[in-house]
Amino acid sequence: MMSLFLRDMKLSVRAGGGALIGVLFFTTVVAVVPFGVGPDLNLLSRIGPAIVWIGALLASLLGLDRLFQAERDDGSLDLMLMQETPLVLTVLVKCLAHWTATGLPLVLASPLLGLFMNMNEVAIGAVMLTLLVGSPAITFIGAAGAAVAVTLPRGGLLVSILILPLTVPVLIFGVSASYAAVEDPAPFLPPFAFLAAITLFFAVIGPLGAAFALRGNSD
Amino acid sequence: MSEPIPAIKKFSDLANPTVFLGLTARIVPFLAVATALLFAVGLYLSFTTEGDYQQGETVRIMYVHVPAAWLSMMCYSIMAASALGTLVWRHPLADVSAKAAAPLGAGFTFLALITGSLWGKPMWGTWWEWDARLTSVFVLFLMYLGLIALMRAFDDPARAARVSAVLILIGFVNIPIIKFSVEWWNTLHQPASVMRMGGSAIDPEFLRPLLVMAAAFTLLFFTLHFLAIRNEIWRRRVSAQRRLAARMANREA
Amino acid sequence: MRLLAENLSVRRGDDLLFSNLSFELAAGEALVVTGRNGSGKSTLLRTVAGLISPETGRVRLTGAGIESGRRAGEASHYLGHRNAMKQELTVRENLAFWQTWLGDFPGGRGLDIEEAAEAIGLSGITHLPFGYLSAGQQRRFAMAKLLVAHRPIWILDEPTAALDFAADRLFAGLVTRHLEAGGLVLAATHQPLGLAETRQLEMKGFRYEGDYAA
Repeated sequence: MMSLFLRDMKLSVRAGGGALIGVLFFTTVVAVVPFGVGPDLNLLSRIGPAIVWIGALLASLLGLDRLFQAERDDGSLDLMLMQETPLVLTVLVKCLAHWTATGLPLVLASPLLGLFMNMNEVAIGAVMLTLLVGSPAITFIGAAGAAVAVTLPRGGLLVSILILPLTVPVLIFGVSASYAAVEDPAPFLPPFAFLAAITLFFAVIGPLGAAFALRGNSD
Repeated sequence: MSEPIPAIKKFSDLANPTVFLGLTARIVPFLAVATALLFAVGLYLSFTTEGDYQQGETVRIMYVHVPAAWLSMMCYSIMAASALGTLVWRHPLADVSAKAAAPLGAGFTFLALITGSLWGKPMWGTWWEWDARLTSVFVLFLMYLGLIALMRAFDDPARAARVSAVLILIGFVNIPIIKFSVEWWNTLHQPASVMRMGGSAIDPEFLRPLLVMAAAFTLLFFTLHFLAIRNEIWRRRVSAQRRLAARMANREA
Repeated sequence: MRLLAENLSVRRGDDLLFSNLSFELAAGEALVVTGRNGSGKSTLLRTVAGLISPETGRVRLTGAGIESGRRAGEASHYLGHRNAMKQELTVRENLAFWQTWLGDFPGGRGLDIEEAAEAIGLSGITHLPFGYLSAGQQRRFAMAKLLVAHRPIWILDEPTAALDFAADRLFAGLVTRHLEAGGLVLAATHQPLGLAETRQLEMKGFRYEGDYAA
């Protein structure tokens, strides 16, 4: 299992890997917002957490469609399907590797974008923390979508369309927890706990669904 | 490198990577020593000159911030010249130069952004402001990163060279925008004060360390650029040798 | 060890590719599946490997030390049309990954990576990225994958496509050695594999059944 994790990490760092692209996309998406809404610092700091979250959500969708398709294209997926290691575990490890290579850099880049959004220190910390806890859920949901679309020739866009609605709860609780940390009356812990629960929930459901879909899609 | 280095008789001889490697081996030590000396002098001056009566000690950030910002633009200009070299004269080292410069440019731009941010907090009360100069420099940073990603995405260096050269030239539009942004739009960032019509607006007390630091940064850039070009040439040779090894293995079998 | 296929039927949409197909393969035996394009050779192999679930029938594995109900796929190497190797990784990284990932099936040990490269006649270039190699070399390293982890059953789908004559012979040698060591081989091919004694199974093609059958 460790070998699969290490292999996927190597692949995402080597030339043509998507690790850098995701962060770049994230930065660019967040950076164009002030051009749209105008450089009003008060407005930016108010919408900042939401913008950073939406940017991270879109960026983490980027490489997801290749999660299984790349394996299928070169035949590796067949060999993985034949194995006695439970397929769920294989999918889970692939998700973790994918998140470490593409999701974690987004989390690390988010404080910088928080500064651009004129967010204060507490808000930046809250967004970073909620992203850290919430973004794995996006990968887990995405794995199910990627598995469903694995045999489709142009599945990339379809994966995004399929899983974007499913990520809405993650976005809702992530953003509301971030705001709760800044604005006084709202408590931070309940939405944050919900966010963590969603991630744990999808950590089980996502790989299960993906494994089921991969078995069914095999031909 | 034990092989004898062919003599350089005309400018086009520089296109030969072996000649270039020989030249690099001779020049880089001098450049490195000169850079170190200039930095020693520059940093000494930066910390011993008086602070500004308004800005206090924070004015010393300028000695890093301003040269880094200059370099970020100069580096892009060098990349644009290299891109022209690739597209127009098909100079074999031009795309190596462009590829080697991109991470350096990104580094200097990042340094300029960070130091500017550190300077901005005490001066303007905010880490970041979406003002024309800052925004355009930030866009420049994103362009550097995009170019790095593009150059890495190709297997074939020749194809990567042509495609990225086109993109570099298109992106060159941003450089005049950065340079004149502070004059076209009246924004928070102060207008150019060192190089302008009618003499410098800056006190000689600050100007001296600034110029020394600028020279040091420029030499640093060239030292690193030479080294990066050398590394890229070596990387391509290794890659070529590996492909050759793969073909040879077939013949033996 | 014996590999038993009992009454296999596989349906694709409305097409019944084959029905009631049975065969038995004992240790040291090879079964070569022949037939024209589209006759269901690949499908049969993928069914045995467990990648396709058959409509009827089942694939079983019997023998000493094998618990009943063990899937045949877990005792098998499957070499399909694609090599299952990553272009960006070196040959050694690719093989090392599959070696640890697949693991040895009880009753044997896989070769060291360099030994496997030696066996396919391409030692000394395992440090190169897989993408640098020619199509024939890539195919040969895909075969080296069969050697680095021990599996009693080899399921080979057109194994010698993209190979020249010398490599063809080399591969036949590998298969022969595997059979001599008590392995089982199930191969689909157009070209003769150059094996001494093999049994043949000819696929006659599918019968068209369903609502729209003429």
